[in-house]
Amino acid sequence: MTSTGTTDTDTTSAGTPPSQVPLVDYLVLGDDPHLLASECTACGARYFDRRNACASCFATEFTKVRIASEGTVRAFTIVAFAAPGVPVPFVSAVIDCDGTSVRGNLINVEPDPDHVHTGMRVRLTTYLLGTDDAGTEAIGFGFEPVEN
Amino acid sequence: MSASDEIWILGIHMTKFGKHFDKDLVDLGSEAILGALADAGVTMADIGILAAGNLMGSGGIGQQLQKQVGQTGIPVYNVSNACATGATALRTAIMAVKAGEVDMGLAVGVEKLAGAGLLGGGGSKKSDDNTWEPKGRYGAVASTDGRIGTDTMPGVFAQVGMEYLHNHAYGGAEFELFARISQKNHSHSTLNPLAAYTKEMSLEQIMGDIMIAYPNTRPMCSANCDGASAAVVVNGEKLKTLSLEQQRRAIKISASVLTTDPYQEACQVLPDVNTLTRNAAKQAYEQAGIGPDDLDLVELHDCFATAELVHYDNLMLCDEGGAVDFFESGAPWRDGRLPVNVSGGLQSKGHPISATGIANIWEVCQHVRGEGGPRQIEGAKVGLAHVIGLGSACGIHVLEKSAA
Repeated sequence: MTSTGTTDTDTTSAGTPPSQVPLVDYLVLGDDPHLLASECTACGARYFDRRNACASCFATEFTKVRIASEGTVRAFTIVAFAAPGVPVPFVSAVIDCDGTSVRGNLINVEPDPDHVHTGMRVRLTTYLLGTDDAGTEAIGFGFEPVEN
Repeated sequence: MSASDEIWILGIHMTKFGKHFDKDLVDLGSEAILGALADAGVTMADIGILAAGNLMGSGGIGQQLQKQVGQTGIPVYNVSNACATGATALRTAIMAVKAGEVDMGLAVGVEKLAGAGLLGGGGSKKSDDNTWEPKGRYGAVASTDGRIGTDTMPGVFAQVGMEYLHNHAYGGAEFELFARISQKNHSHSTLNPLAAYTKEMSLEQIMGDIMIAYPNTRPMCSANCDGASAAVVVNGEKLKTLSLEQQRRAIKISASVLTTDPYQEACQVLPDVNTLTRNAAKQAYEQAGIGPDDLDLVELHDCFATAELVHYDNLMLCDEGGAVDFFESGAPWRDGRLPVNVSGGLQSKGHPISATGIANIWEVCQHVRGEGGPRQIEGAKVGLAHVIGLGSACGIHVLEKSAA
């Protein structure tokens, strides 16, 4: 139900994939996929984009920190109508990962309000987004419900 | 405060919002300007500065409008500030008057948006070349819209509303709650002939309409349409030299505030539309020397039903965390304690982006002037107009009845 690429395979336990690139540079692949933020060394503010300076305290030094891979859904929407080429429906969410807010899709869950709610526990997972002409696989990420 | 420090709206006008197939940006903007000048009882010869807002056009709208309504050589400031563009244009004119550079200024906001469809979605074209190549500030090899959350406005603001309910442990029927907010605004618009949509809508119709981004169905989203609005502002000293009738109809701008979002954890993940609105509201109440209890009506930026709820709280119309109770009390209905969006709001009156900021102020002016016609809020003396543009920018103006 992720509907995000041409294929939809769990790659977290993939054998020896040819060559992979992450959908975004803050997704770290490998045996233990996770997200990596830039943390301001002065105030601790965390960012996922390329930085010029800190929006909170204006300092310019950052260090890379690993973001917790499990979290709680703080907000969501089920997008039923999107830009051309974007498969719908999908669940967009903000996940509180141990105090760091992360934006991502909820995947491996029915995209309807009976199955998605704020406060639900989710964990990071990756999937194959597609393969380019050179045979390189692009790997995306999303969050799936934690069963218990 | 001396008279020269006071800022007044001398004249204000909005066009009908809706589909204007036979009118372009310049036609609509000119109509608004000519209407505002006539309402003010002045001409372009009296105006010292023009601030012109337009977001989706090709640029330079101010000069294009001058070429129709009067080329007097005055400075033009073309402004663009997302959905706060109109309020920003007005604020620009106010600043020039306040700075003492001119004694009278004109602001206009105009947009052609009928049939524009969904705003904010990436929709970026696939690269011709078929190899992954990291691009942009996230080093993305493909569009992130739809893969890492949503960029569409209905989806972003849906999350804003859902987050509010989550933070305040709401246990009710969320979809229905937001739909009922929309029902209020659609009901209000039946009294507003300038609204793009003037039909009453039942709860069943609203909830049963096309889902855009849960919990926002189509009628719970702001209506894309065409429209323009304009205002003439003047300082107190100049106003005293004008006719008694002009003085009587002038509306005092007792607060004019523009803010952006200060850094907060998560604000670069999901836009924080709350902090900058609350900050702007605090500043506005302080400038005006009033509190929320003194307001007789509010026009707030209900770009989506989910947004209206959070702004009850952000504008401090209720206790912190009390937005649901405020709505459930019936307060924001036109016969309630503090009517909100009696114009029909963006959901029903429509949202021609750059026109919205001044149109919200026009609505408040109608009531405090006692010229609101069938939808007049009786005895209205003070009102607040709020807009927010994602990115973000928040404009708040407090308008007061003339003492003259």
